[in-house]
Amino acid sequence: MLLKDTPVTTDKLLSVQDLRVHFHTLRGIVHALEGVSFHLNRQETLGLAGETGCGKSVTARSVLRLIDPPGRIVSGRIIFEDRDILTLDDTAVRAIRGGEISMIMQEPKMSLNPVIRVGDQVAEALLIHDTSLNRSSARTQAEEMLTQMGIPEAHRTSRRYPHELSGGMAQRIMIAMMLVTRPKLLIADEPTSALDVTIQAQILALMDKLVQDIRTSVLMITHDLGVMAETCDRVAVMYAGNIVEMGAVRSVLKDPQHPYTQGLLKTVPDKANPDHPLYAIKGNVPSLLQPQNHCRFSDRCEYAMARCSREIPPVYQMTDDHEAACFLHDGQSISSGGKQVDLMNP
Amino acid sequence: MLQYLIRRVVTLAITLIGIMVVTFFISLVIPADPLSSIAGPQAPQETVDRLRKLYGFDQPIYIQFGRYANRLAHGDLGTSFQTGRPVLEDIAKYFPATFELATIALFFSIIVGIPLGVLSAVYRNSPIDHFSRVLSLIGVSMPVFWLGLVFLLIFYFKLGWFPEPGRLDIMLIEPERLTGMLLVDSLIALDWEVFFDALKHMFLPAFVLGLYGLAGIARIVRSSMLDVLSQEYIKTARIKGAREFIVLTRHALRNALIPAVTIIGLTYGGLLEGSVLTETIFSWPGLGRYLGTAFLTLDLNAVVGGTMLVALTFCLVNLVVDLLYAFLDPKITLARS
Repeated sequence: MLLKDTPVTTDKLLSVQDLRVHFHTLRGIVHALEGVSFHLNRQETLGLAGETGCGKSVTARSVLRLIDPPGRIVSGRIIFEDRDILTLDDTAVRAIRGGEISMIMQEPKMSLNPVIRVGDQVAEALLIHDTSLNRSSARTQAEEMLTQMGIPEAHRTSRRYPHELSGGMAQRIMIAMMLVTRPKLLIADEPTSALDVTIQAQILALMDKLVQDIRTSVLMITHDLGVMAETCDRVAVMYAGNIVEMGAVRSVLKDPQHPYTQGLLKTVPDKANPDHPLYAIKGNVPSLLQPQNHCRFSDRCEYAMARCSREIPPVYQMTDDHEAACFLHDGQSISSGGKQVDLMNP
Repeated sequence: MLQYLIRRVVTLAITLIGIMVVTFFISLVIPADPLSSIAGPQAPQETVDRLRKLYGFDQPIYIQFGRYANRLAHGDLGTSFQTGRPVLEDIAKYFPATFELATIALFFSIIVGIPLGVLSAVYRNSPIDHFSRVLSLIGVSMPVFWLGLVFLLIFYFKLGWFPEPGRLDIMLIEPERLTGMLLVDSLIALDWEVFFDALKHMFLPAFVLGLYGLAGIARIVRSSMLDVLSQEYIKTARIKGAREFIVLTRHALRNALIPAVTIIGLTYGGLLEGSVLTETIFSWPGLGRYLGTAFLTLDLNAVVGGTMLVALTFCLVNLVVDLLYAFLDPKITLARS
């Protein structure tokens, strides 16, 4: 049973199908995404996990059609509601950006324009998408949004410039800016990675509350599996430009079906046994310069079979909402193998 | 803000005193006798001696310096040996012509240089980028006297699109002298014929001078635009759905202009000194020509007066640049430091 053949149903907000993105570099073509497919239901939070360079951010940027040269979306479909984002004209895509799909980035302080007052930056998001709005009521709405983000003295803070704010405050501004237009989908690209550990939870909680209030779906990109366990309904695990495993968060984290996901979960330090040596998946991430013709993980996989280095594994459906792209499931299921931390019940 | 301005004016005064001292001692150590230039090569010894006494060159250095400082403190720049008029009067006569030309030339450099820099950053390695690169190369590396002569040859002599060198057609009567700037004076007098004729006369010299400034401005705007366009906040603006024009102007250019302001300020300072070569070629009665002659004839009072003026304009331009910085970059506050 292949996921790619599942028909688009109406409760799906976003459906990415067989997305391929290449980067044309001096060393050759980097195959950053090689047939990524997933969907996101309304009011659902989907986590996208994987190590640096696996294509999480490229996937996110593709959804907004904001891949910078030398990158190029080669093929695939990105169906948002009933429109294919990849075939829309520029005006229609701009109306979606910031209006229906927003994105929060990793570095809040770098993501705010240093020469514009933060309140005006939030208000700008409103003004772009509602031309009937005047400047002062946009400002008022922006300040209300800042108050909702738990920013003290919203009026005074909105007159400040980014360099006068802390990282956490800047990220609240970013979230306010991206949610003030009440988008249907929020992409959060590692929203807390650049922040102090002490305020990460705060920011996540605030974001979560706002997302509930305005009924936004979230595509949460993170390499922090703890964050994922807390905030996501479903997760997709990426490795070297492919989604290797996807399913309900409980199912994937408790009973991972792909050897890469199993390895990834084993790398989470065990707080109960602090003396236990840290686990690392052996080997290195493969070069993406060669087009894929076999399982990208086969070189590092302890279960690798002969066919793994010859064929691309299809997606096998384990349960209704759990699938993995691994030949081990060609017939049976694999056990989790080895001890791992239970993220669902820490 | 006011406090900042007061502090800057005090600094300015100190700078001017420093310049006064330096120019005085430079005039002492130059290996030529200004008297032989004033009196002429064939003058008898007693004439030279009399002049030496007249100008006070026979006094000890500290007396000479005291007199000189006292004079300057009273705003008296002395008399020009060359014209026989007070240096201040000469400057008031020649500087407006240079100021007018420099301002028009700078205006031209800015309105062409900034868009050219932006376009060549946005369309990197496209024909417009190559065009801008070649134009900048010409602007920086071609000697102005050559460009000036070639432009005169083509656009005045061959094509007749622009008038002869000079500030105004000889058949026209200058309007009443208020500011000394023909464009301004003719506007005040509502004399449109003079205004447009003066503008036409200004075009070629302003173009030649402006090309140099344009080169620097276009290059710095291009490189700082390239830098800014790769910043995260530009992506943020696009994510918000802003139109590309808004992304480039409101979000990118405002940031990219901060380094460009320095270059623009330096260019203006340089233009205000007057260009000896351009002013000579275009028969422009400006400060450059006046000072050029003053240097060659060892007209010391004029040299010192001109140097002070140039230093003063540079300091003022720098002050304006610093104020502009504070306006463009909220990270810079004028109150403290």
